[in-house]
Amino acid sequence: MSPGLLSAVTLLPALGALLLAPVPRGRAGLLRGGGLAVALLTLAVSLLLWAGFDPTSAGYQFEEHRPWMPGIGVAWHLGIDGISLLLVLLTTLLTPVALASAWRAIEERTKEFVVAMLLLETGMVGVFVSLDLFLFFVFWEAMLIPMYFIIGVWGGPDRVYAAVKFVLYTMVGSGLMLVAILALYYQHGVATGTFTFDLPAIVRWVMPPGPAQDLMFLAFALAFAIKVPLFPFHTWLPDAHVEAPTAGSVLLAGVLLKMGTYGFLRFCLPLFPDASLAFAPLLLALAVVGIVYGAWVSTVQPDLKKLVAYSSVSHLGFVMLGLFTLNVQGLVGGLIQMVNHGLSTGALFLLVGMIYERRHTRLISELGGLWSVMPAFSAVFLVVTLSSLGLPGLNGFVGEFLILVGAFRVHAGLAALATTGIVFAAVYLLWMYQRVIFGEVTREENRALPDLTAREWAVVAPVLLFIVWIGVSPSLFTGPTEATLEALLAQVQSKASVALLR
Amino acid sequence: MIPAPPVSLVVLAPSLVVVVTALLVLLLDLLPPRDRKSHLGTVTLAGLVAALLATLRLWGGRGRGFRDMVILDNYALFFHIVIAYAAALIVLLSMDYLQRSGGESGEFYALVLFSTSGMLLLASAGDLIVVFLALELMSLSLYVLAGLFTRRREAGEASMKYFLLGVFASAFLLYGIALVYGATGSTNLDRVAAGVVATPRDPLLIAGLGLILVGFGFKISSVPFHMWAPDVYEGAPTSVTALIATGSKAAVFAALIRVGGAALRGVQADWTAVLWVLAALTMTVGNVVAIAQSNLKRMLAYSSIAHVGYMLVGLVAGGAAGAGAVLFYLLAYMFTTVGTFGVLTLCERAGEEAVHVRDYAGLARRHPLLAFTLALFLLSLIGIPPLAGFVGKVYLFGAAIRAGFVWLAVLAVLNSAVAAYYYLRVIVYMYMREADGEAAGLTPSFAGGLALTVALIGIILLGVVPAPFVDLAQAAVAPLWR
Repeated sequence: MSPGLLSAVTLLPALGALLLAPVPRGRAGLLRGGGLAVALLTLAVSLLLWAGFDPTSAGYQFEEHRPWMPGIGVAWHLGIDGISLLLVLLTTLLTPVALASAWRAIEERTKEFVVAMLLLETGMVGVFVSLDLFLFFVFWEAMLIPMYFIIGVWGGPDRVYAAVKFVLYTMVGSGLMLVAILALYYQHGVATGTFTFDLPAIVRWVMPPGPAQDLMFLAFALAFAIKVPLFPFHTWLPDAHVEAPTAGSVLLAGVLLKMGTYGFLRFCLPLFPDASLAFAPLLLALAVVGIVYGAWVSTVQPDLKKLVAYSSVSHLGFVMLGLFTLNVQGLVGGLIQMVNHGLSTGALFLLVGMIYERRHTRLISELGGLWSVMPAFSAVFLVVTLSSLGLPGLNGFVGEFLILVGAFRVHAGLAALATTGIVFAAVYLLWMYQRVIFGEVTREENRALPDLTAREWAVVAPVLLFIVWIGVSPSLFTGPTEATLEALLAQVQSKASVALLR
Repeated sequence: MIPAPPVSLVVLAPSLVVVVTALLVLLLDLLPPRDRKSHLGTVTLAGLVAALLATLRLWGGRGRGFRDMVILDNYALFFHIVIAYAAALIVLLSMDYLQRSGGESGEFYALVLFSTSGMLLLASAGDLIVVFLALELMSLSLYVLAGLFTRRREAGEASMKYFLLGVFASAFLLYGIALVYGATGSTNLDRVAAGVVATPRDPLLIAGLGLILVGFGFKISSVPFHMWAPDVYEGAPTSVTALIATGSKAAVFAALIRVGGAALRGVQADWTAVLWVLAALTMTVGNVVAIAQSNLKRMLAYSSIAHVGYMLVGLVAGGAAGAGAVLFYLLAYMFTTVGTFGVLTLCERAGEEAVHVRDYAGLARRHPLLAFTLALFLLSLIGIPPLAGFVGKVYLFGAAIRAGFVWLAVLAVLNSAVAAYYYLRVIVYMYMREADGEAAGLTPSFAGGLALTVALIGIILLGVVPAPFVDLAQAAVAPLWR
């Protein structure tokens, strides 16, 4: 348990970005290699977290606490528990993958790209490890800017529109969250006499139920719902995904969306237990609408990236469904589904990006019969597609199964509706796969497409490894989360009932 | 025989240093070499640094002079630091800007110094008469500065408009002072405050205070008294615009807080209600209209109106916490704004100012460092952590929430999201569009580079380790809320 491990994982990428900034622009190879090396080093350090993590403990581990602005009670307070461990690992895994995937795709302004990706990684990890509301907000906002540049500079034709929309949507939500954070800070400070942004300290305090708690919950929930994105706040997502470069899409789908669901789990539930219980039906309903709506809209998309983007709306709906069942199965399922979605959707974006690099189109109608041309690619694509639609034996199944088990305990009708989402997922994914991979080669340009290169194998292999690994032995991954989630649930229920007794 | 009042020049030390430097500059201007004036810039800078050092030397001291007309306390000294920094950075930026635009002259530096001395005096005014005198010293110099480059037609228009509306505002202020004097029998702030407590409902007094507020409203360009700002910002030479946006605004806020926040506690509720409306209007109008601007200087004018709105939120919150937040925000805003205008002075195209947002297309490719610098300043204006603007906003809105003005804070953060749109548009042009035709942008000289570096360090330092500066701001407002 070496102290400073979390700081290292958080700050290594930013440090790398700082070191790479003075490298001359022409040295693209050095910049790419350096960026990848930093990301891999970060991954290696984060694996130490996994190795040293005690799965039986429900509390925070690897905690670090240094005062930052002692006058107002802001501290550099980091720590991980069963909720954040997997998400941190997902981030540190996907960042090098995304960087490697851009090896050929990003030819222009390589330096700025690598620096932005590394700063983004610091922001993402920071969000997941912060145990101080102020610090969390700093990372949450700061992370916007590198993503804004990644979409806006290296994206597709409508990139500027997509980038600005992404930032504005997020800023409206996060601005209100800032007001709620400050209001919470003062309420807690006035009630207890200690003014602090420290999350564990504020969670220990039982907030009286009432309109103040409801409003704060709604402010937090709006910020997170936009990020998830929960229906009807999802409209920025298809634009951002379609316009972003592959590496950006991978991190956007793989990690950024999880920040929203993570926020619900980490902040909304323990801070506002009464409001969470009160608003759970609304959020469950929106989640199910998102599941069904996302699946339907996916089915008719002509563009591969858009299809995957809308499938994210559906999949993240499952996560939200799981979280707000407020029982252990649902929570564990939701958490593992976050990781699974990150892996399988990340991989889907990688593969779509590989097609795009070869054909410069993502239209399904332009493709077809790729199996005979690119057999290895088609096989990998099949595994990833099946993982995304939740085939037993691959990672996607575990999460969806647990979520539905949890959902049936709450409301059978909702769960039944959500199940149709799985059926539709099979429809849109398999239909898409059939049109792209099977049949005759319909276009002459597609006959000479090269199969996966060694570099591309190296990019997808680690993701494939985890897709299969989680599918085969899910308990290895759900295990560390259970203690924390059970404790969280007990805490929510006890706090809510304490408030009820008053 | 009337005894001579005790004269203590120490309380005036920073202003005096600046005035003496101004006279020295005027004198040196007459001596050779006649064609090169850059040494005058150096003298000006030395004078401002001396004033800054004098301020730091006096920190912690308390003094009153000229029968309580001038107050020297940490509050005044904090503003002296902000103003002297702003003026020094602007002189640094002006040195080669003036050379390039052919407007270098001894008068420019002397006028900058005279207006700076007015600002310094305004921050330590303890009497409404001194408030008026200092405000006029500052404003008259700025009117001339705004129109100094007579070759440009916009400059003439800007100067004229600034002068007419400014004088109008001064008249309001003076009339208000007269009414307050009529109601309370004094212009001394302490005695005015006592008078307000004694007869808070005196119509004469209320009318007087209202007129004083109108006068200040003009000077800080709060809505609905903001009409002059866009034209003046656009027409005035860019470095003068920077001085109007930072130094003069800080100085008027200094007076506004001293007069309004501390002296008028007797009518706190009414004062707060009026300020609430002003703050809400100012930030909303400023931000919404800024969206429609494609001229960068006009956009920054409206954005500065919006920032005044945010600062008024701090005044609404009131108390030492609110005022301290305003002081910190002014410091952060000063570095950010000087930096932004500083980059603007460097982005010129064949002698013309590059003021259209289109002129910034592709800047990131030609001058990556300049574009990156401007991007950081704009991000700080939006309030992205970990830059100064973010911490400033957290303190301002936090003070408002603590005082119970949650909805005003909600309005303020929604405004910040609106603001993000137009600031980001500049970044879009710099990074995401290509230039069509001739390139704009210059490599900064040593002086300009130094100014930008200082401003950049300022916004990063205030964002990453704000604690000591917040303590400074709180220590500064402490003497007002004893």
